[in-house]
Amino acid sequence: MTEYFLAKYNFWIYVVLMMIGLYAMMGKRNLVKKLIGMNIFQTSIILLFVSAGVKKGGATVPILRHSDYGSVHAEHLIRVADYLNPLPHVLMLTAIVVSIATTGVALATLILIYKRYNTLEEDEIMAIRKDIRSYKTPRILRSKD
Amino acid sequence: MIDQLPALIIVAPMLGAFLTPIIGWRYQHLCYPWTLLVLTIPLYSAVGALFKVIRSGPFGYNLGGWAPPWGIEYRIDYLSAIMLVLIATIGFLAAVNARPAGKTEFKGKEAQLYTLFLLQITGLLGIVITGDLFNIFVFLEITSLSGYGLIAHGEEGAPMATFNYIIIGTIGASFYLLGVGYLYMATGSLNIADLATILPALYHSKMILVGFAFFTTGVAIKMGLFPLHIWMPDAYTTAPNSVSTLIAPLMTKVAAYLMIRILFTLFAPDFAISVVPVATILGWLAVIAIIVGGVKALAQTDIKRMVAYIMVAEVGYIVMGISVMNRAGLTGAILHIINDACMIFCLFLTIGAISYRGHGREINHFQNLSKKMPLTMAAFVIAALSMCGIPPACGFFSKWYLIMGMITAGQWIFAATLLGSSLINAVLFFRIIEKAYLAPPESQGHNHTDHEAEEIERNDAPLSMMIPIIMSALAILLLGLFSGKIIDAVIQHAVPAIF
Repeated sequence: MTEYFLAKYNFWIYVVLMMIGLYAMMGKRNLVKKLIGMNIFQTSIILLFVSAGVKKGGATVPILRHSDYGSVHAEHLIRVADYLNPLPHVLMLTAIVVSIATTGVALATLILIYKRYNTLEEDEIMAIRKDIRSYKTPRILRSKD
Repeated sequence: MIDQLPALIIVAPMLGAFLTPIIGWRYQHLCYPWTLLVLTIPLYSAVGALFKVIRSGPFGYNLGGWAPPWGIEYRIDYLSAIMLVLIATIGFLAAVNARPAGKTEFKGKEAQLYTLFLLQITGLLGIVITGDLFNIFVFLEITSLSGYGLIAHGEEGAPMATFNYIIIGTIGASFYLLGVGYLYMATGSLNIADLATILPALYHSKMILVGFAFFTTGVAIKMGLFPLHIWMPDAYTTAPNSVSTLIAPLMTKVAAYLMIRILFTLFAPDFAISVVPVATILGWLAVIAIIVGGVKALAQTDIKRMVAYIMVAEVGYIVMGISVMNRAGLTGAILHIINDACMIFCLFLTIGAISYRGHGREINHFQNLSKKMPLTMAAFVIAALSMCGIPPACGFFSKWYLIMGMITAGQWIFAATLLGSSLINAVLFFRIIEKAYLAPPESQGHNHTDHEAEEIERNDAPLSMMIPIIMSALAILLLGLFSGKIIDAVIQHAVPAIF
């Protein structure tokens, strides 16, 4: 049983991270915690893709020196098993940029929210918005008096 | 030059977006004409691409000259060509409309408004034009990120609505990315056409099934399909009027396009019927979406929120058309993507114009609006009639094909839901039309009626709002009158041949 988990531990970590992220996004009521959950969620996907490119048994980066395949037919000398698949890693560079941009936009939105409601707890914001909709003095102003 | 048209569709608005803040740094007032100028290029190229497709069939464009399975291919077939024209046209008209409302909503930040506006259009066009799964993810995120930025500038609840949209939208995009990952791990390819040839041999592999599940869920989130629609009404209601005209009609439709691509191009149509019963599930979700959207819309007094809930139902229509998996149903779904984009566009434009003239969005305050803003209200009525499915307007024809599809498939409950939803739409819109046209001027019950009667003076929308409003209303009528031609020339080729 232990071997079953250990043999593909990277995929298990991916699943665990993803669940932590999903739980934080759905279960937590604090907006910053939700955002952190979103980051964990995106990181788990990056881990999955990076794992997909790895090969066991000493495979290395696909940089071919000229002497490796100089005069003879190249395909006889290059074994696919010797090299990692670089494409998932390159894809993840883009995904990392996307996730940074998303985090940036989300943080900027959080600043807007904080300026407006003076809190980042979802329940408190909902209560304030309810007050605003029913034309009451928002709780946040009342507590200051 | 003609050979490079597909690249220009993406490159022009993207470069234009990067140049906009530089121009706006010194000359803020030039950003608006610059945006319009930039947007003429994708409009021209998209129309050119559509005519090329009609003349000589689908064609591809290798970005950077790299051949398809490895390089990124732009693939323009019948479906993507007509979607390109739709997005470029609505994008251009929405940009024309953006100036008056944008001046107040984005005070001092107009350069940023037009930058994000162009990026949004770039992303939408990109999703449609590209034939590469990962490229679609990147464009999806470009669209979403610029959308978050634009929506956050809206009214009171906008930042909160944006934050919820960011969280849920990111889950959607990440699910899509996971789908790409699983498919890539199983096949080693990212090109849609290439995958379509590799996949059939692997249909019963667990990896493909999981990937497919992630794809459909991710796209359904972006599309706002029923249980995953919670972000949509808030985000579209609180968005600034200058940008909700762009985001609301197009974002859901492009996601619907993506769903058609995944179900019918990436996977063979019978995959969603025989291997996993996705089509049935989608169909029943669509039924619930139509009912929930209609009932929720009935409960609203804010007209913009009402239209946002109608959109939940309209997404249901499209998904329902997809789910029955026959020629008439899919024709109806594709036709409804086009028609619904025009109708929602027209509705959001008129709502924006009504708010801009200070009449608010509460339906109860719409008395005499027909006399104050006659042309705007006329366009509103055309869009409303089209929503109810009254013949010369385009809504009738797509609903006709959808119902034909339901009947062919023997899904009588689906057909009944469609008809019932049209009735709900009629109730929704006729109560507004009644308020605006028939409510007596002195309905407030005060005794100074003469004074109030004098106050009613014609004050229609400004010209830059009026042009898109009239164009979209005309488009609704023309799409209706020429729907047969559109189906003959384009849509019938977009439906997979096995149906």
